[in-house]
Amino acid sequence: MNLEAIQREMAAAVLQPLTAGEGMREHDADGRSVADVAASFIAPNSQLNAFERLEIYNRQYWFRVLGALAEDFPALRAVVGSARFEALSVAYLTAHPSRSFTLRNLGAKLVAWLGAHPEFVGRRHALAVDVARIEWAFIESFDSADRTPLTLLQVAALGADSPLALQPHLQLMALRYPADNLVLSLHKSEKRQVSEAGHEHQDDCGEADEAPVELPSLRRRATWLAAHRVDLSVYYRRLEREEFLTLSAIRAGRPLADAIEAGFAESRTLESRRAARVQNWFSNWSQLGWICALDSSGSAQNASEAGAQF
Amino acid sequence: MPGNRFNAYQNHGVGIGLRIPHYDHIFSRKPVVDWFEIISENYMVDAGRPLAMLDRILERYRVVQHGVSMYFGSVTAPDPEHLRRLKQLVRRTKTPWLSDHLCWGSVDGTYTHDLLPLPYTWEAVHRTAERVRMVQDYLEIPVIVENVSSYAAFTASEMTEWEFLTEVVERVDCGILLDVNNIYVSAMNHEFNPLDYVNAVPAHRVAQIHIAGHSRYEKYILDTHDHPVIDSVWDLYARAIERCGPTPTLLEWDDHIPSFDEVHAEALKANRYLHQQAPELVEAAS
Repeated sequence: MNLEAIQREMAAAVLQPLTAGEGMREHDADGRSVADVAASFIAPNSQLNAFERLEIYNRQYWFRVLGALAEDFPALRAVVGSARFEALSVAYLTAHPSRSFTLRNLGAKLVAWLGAHPEFVGRRHALAVDVARIEWAFIESFDSADRTPLTLLQVAALGADSPLALQPHLQLMALRYPADNLVLSLHKSEKRQVSEAGHEHQDDCGEADEAPVELPSLRRRATWLAAHRVDLSVYYRRLEREEFLTLSAIRAGRPLADAIEAGFAESRTLESRRAARVQNWFSNWSQLGWICALDSSGSAQNASEAGAQF
Repeated sequence: MPGNRFNAYQNHGVGIGLRIPHYDHIFSRKPVVDWFEIISENYMVDAGRPLAMLDRILERYRVVQHGVSMYFGSVTAPDPEHLRRLKQLVRRTKTPWLSDHLCWGSVDGTYTHDLLPLPYTWEAVHRTAERVRMVQDYLEIPVIVENVSSYAAFTASEMTEWEFLTEVVERVDCGILLDVNNIYVSAMNHEFNPLDYVNAVPAHRVAQIHIAGHSRYEKYILDTHDHPVIDSVWDLYARAIERCGPTPTLLEWDDHIPSFDEVHAEALKANRYLHQQAPELVEAAS
């Protein structure tokens, strides 16, 4: 067996989900005996056969990625409970194994995946998606780029056709629930770091089978939220619907007048009051450093924002 | 021997891995530490707290980069974005050399985030050497390769691990990060004498040494970096220093991380062996 064949065979075995008893499965996705597959390229020693030696890597892989995902989404784990969280994590990571050199990006597709798989969550599905969205926004906002923002004077001098961009660390979210305070109360402050040692399963994921937490009464209510970074810390800020839509249009690369028009589409705000609101937004945004010039390539950054549709 | 060409002739002394739980202690107490090793991937981000903390460390301490995901032995090509970000970080830290592992861990862009062992074949020697050389040329700094702990051996292997390591570094003409704990772990798991390994590596290419603790299970040993260094590993370290001379040494402690002082004190035990070899150089380093 050549190097490429060995690596493909071993990677397939390592990435295969564990059994309920956290062992390696006896058959692979093609129905082959994993013991036979392992013996075809792994040598036994006096203590372990080929299957058992391969199983060490299979277990280390899952302990590591499950631990990393649990560290990044502690509020989601609390909302759905540890057993459901582990099941959805295994399903998600099976559908979307890491495609990045860094574990930081492991949860990049979780929000979209979770939205399409309510069967892993149950009655709290919409809330769980919102919670995951807020936690992923935290990760993005935590270490995304920052650019020199426009000053208040520069913002005041903008014209209708002015092309704009948003601060890359600013994340915009459209939620079905006002879940930000819930996440804040559940969010642990600790952040994962990459190490070359394996994660220890129990210690990193907590005790097994923690039930979902008792949640405060939370009524469904469309909510628009920004996550942004100030002095190295991530903060959340509620937005008005029109404000969210205007910012989203700016992020999509639309010039100022178009973005404002998009913001007030289907708005009940009287025409006579719109100018004052826009002025107030821009005053706030420039103080927060959210508005930037387009970068030198002429493209708006971070154009992909996930959000529920209303 | 004040270093060699594979570690930019640096005599760094004894360092520890920079870990987030120690930030508060380091920034408030400003302890004297010969150097810190950072995990490159923790800082290959655009901005924010990770880079701000790193910049504070760089103001006061010497920093060397250590990677965990370059996967020199993977058959599929490295991610250009990974290389770009790594080079950006190299420029920021001005690391005198950079290390990563003699292993593989990704196939077709899917990452296992593990340090998977290679079959010790001539094909693997050729492919791995090619990739180390490519990365070194791109980064324009000395790249050194580290032996990993392993739990599986391959039926296809055509040589010992130390012969494989030697073949790769000789072909690339690069240095070695000799992890004596990894040698011990692999020796126990593969039933060879760890001293045979230490005695066989080309001593003139050893640019850095790693020491660490591990966890012993009934039938195998795992490289967990969550315990003090055991005496048998110190014995291997002593032999390595005897062969290589004073060499930049670093303690890795990644899980169940104790206080800064405890980690640092464990690392400084290395000075006992370094002093025996060349006390004047140890003084100079500190």
